[in-house]
Amino acid sequence: MTIVVVMEQVPDVAEELAIAPSGTDLDRDAISYVVNEYDEHALEEALLLAETSGDEVVAIGIDATGELDQALYTALAKGAQRAIKLTGDFEGTWLSTRTAARLLAPVIEELAPRLVLVGVQAPDDLDGQLAPTLAALLGWPHASVVVGSELVNGMVRVRKELWGGITMLLELALPAVLGIQAARQAPRYVPVSRVRQVMREASIEVRDVEVTSDLAPVPVRLRFPEETGQAELLTGSASEIADRLIELLRARGLL
Amino acid sequence: MDPKQQKVAEVWERETAIVEGVDISGPWNRMFGQRVIWDYTPNLIEEIAQLPGGESFAWCYQCGKCVPVCPVDLVGDYGPRKLYRRAQTGISLLDSPDLWLCTTCANCLRVCPKQVDMIQIMPAAREQALLTGRPVPAELQEALENTAKYGNPLGQPARKREAWVKDAGIPVPILHQIQRPVEWLWWVECYPSYHPRGIDASIALARIFHALGLDFAILGREEKCAGDSQRLAGERGLFEMLAEENIRTLSKYTFQHIVVTDPHALNAFRKHYPKLGGQYDVWHYTTLLARELPKLQPLLTKPLPYRVTFHDPCYLGRHNGEYDAPRQLIQALPGIEFVEMLRCRENSYCCGGGGGGMWLDSFAAGHQRRRLSEERVLEAVSTGADTLVVCCPYEVSRFEDAAKSTGVEGRLRVRDIAELLAEAMGLIGEGAA
Ligand code: SF4
Ligand code: SF4
Repeated sequence: MTIVVVMEQVPDVAEELAIAPSGTDLDRDAISYVVNEYDEHALEEALLLAETSGDEVVAIGIDATGELDQALYTALAKGAQRAIKLTGDFEGTWLSTRTAARLLAPVIEELAPRLVLVGVQAPDDLDGQLAPTLAALLGWPHASVVVGSELVNGMVRVRKELWGGITMLLELALPAVLGIQAARQAPRYVPVSRVRQVMREASIEVRDVEVTSDLAPVPVRLRFPEETGQAELLTGSASEIADRLIELLRARGLL
Repeated sequence: MDPKQQKVAEVWERETAIVEGVDISGPWNRMFGQRVIWDYTPNLIEEIAQLPGGESFAWCYQCGKCVPVCPVDLVGDYGPRKLYRRAQTGISLLDSPDLWLCTTCANCLRVCPKQVDMIQIMPAAREQALLTGRPVPAELQEALENTAKYGNPLGQPARKREAWVKDAGIPVPILHQIQRPVEWLWWVECYPSYHPRGIDASIALARIFHALGLDFAILGREEKCAGDSQRLAGERGLFEMLAEENIRTLSKYTFQHIVVTDPHALNAFRKHYPKLGGQYDVWHYTTLLARELPKLQPLLTKPLPYRVTFHDPCYLGRHNGEYDAPRQLIQALPGIEFVEMLRCRENSYCCGGGGGGMWLDSFAAGHQRRRLSEERVLEAVSTGADTLVVCCPYEVSRFEDAAKSTGVEGRLRVRDIAELLAEAMGLIGEGAA
């Protein structure tokens, strides 16, 4: 049986971001990419599930950056058995979550998995729409903000976070789609020599897909947050600082 | 097992044992039988010895010479003899915290009559642990992932690697900008490029090079970590990837020699890059500056009223045989009083940062009474020195942290040799031009 994990590359926010001259997208040549952190957790959870169930783990992703291979080889090195990338004339553009779900759904359906795991959100999908949209397109049950899962008696039992530390235990009929918030354990480390070995020995399956027009919203303008106010560091002796504080609070009518 | 031996073992393990009228019943009576040998399997020793590089683990004959010189044993319970004994009695090195505690300082190898070589054993065993999916201490994992992603263990963007240059106050040529041959390619390395205290030393060194009129340039954003400590932490694949990229980058430029800030980079370039096709004439900056002393000496005009002691970096001293150049430089400083620590030169203590230790401090803390760096700053203070001089970029931050945590912060300053030289030249500090 099969567990599918969806891997997405997202702009690396540790590096400086740049907006393209069009003003509606990031400057794709000037930024670098990393695998969405939550997708790393989805992969880890899938591998942990498969370790006990013996399922085959298939990593799949849309290659919108032209650099997805690295992420997929890493998934193979960590223990996934197959990797599939979807390519098309969208390379270098931003795909809405809705469009991405439409590209992924038929390929996933064809794989007939019993579970689909995706990261609960991504920097370009902060509202966490990928898992529910995929579930809707596939007509399968769905749970998000999942922090642990277990396959029992032909069902999947998941722990889902609510709020304030409260979690709930759910059972879903299979097949199902899960939005993973955190795997049971930190994503495993895979040494570079293993990844390099996999790059020599394994291959990534490629599927050409086509984007159809969709109801996705169209970006009009992208901008950096405006800098608001500056912190002032008070220096001097304790009583000088205290005097200055009182002065500031008075000036604002707070004292 | 030979059935006859088994028999012997049975005979010897008695519930009640009386030898010459003395009742020695108890588990210790086994000490008198052969069974004590047959009790143990050589499997866990073989598990390490069969790895390429791990062979010498099996050569240990338990003489114990290595333990008293092991810096980790001084603050914990360690040394090759103990690792061998533990493997013999059923503790697999691959699953033990011991796997991550060796700093590859090489002091045991210096005294071992059997050439049991932790510098080979440790990376081999750690690589095996990584390849078999055993857990990696979290901070080390982060440093390795950062190195793979950004080319430095700090996780800083590559393009910021040359950002320190704008504060140098003198021109620091960058090869991708100047596009001309240079005599010295200065390999700055990660901590000297990104860490605030590392940058202080880089600026000092840049000013010294400039004052000496050295024809030098750096790679800036094109430079990636030389990768030696990652290799010793078990990530040979990552090391090879970095080395291949660095060798490719270096092949674009014309230079005569490489001068490195970091003894770990020196070690990588001297011993491991040649195997991957990178042959260079590599110098540590202290060696280069010691050679330039005739020119440097007249520039050292400002007396420094310090009592200093010097910490030999493992990868400069024991690993690469340079003990004298740093001392010549220190002794050239006007006004300085130089005292040696008890453990110096070949028997120098270790700061704890080598072999991946730089990224294992919290992990090691759970297995040691105090940090190696703390042990060392206390030794430095005990000499009456007010300044601890270093010349490896791991050390300034390690020893400054250690001085804080041991409460000797106000009594001991930590300075890179380059900082003291630049200070005596009036290039940094009060009244600098
Ligand atoms: S010095 Fe060498 S032979 Fe002696 S106990 Fe240590 S590792 Fe074994
Ligand atoms: S290399 Fe250094 S830290 Fe490692 S066992 Fe030998 S003496 Fe101890």
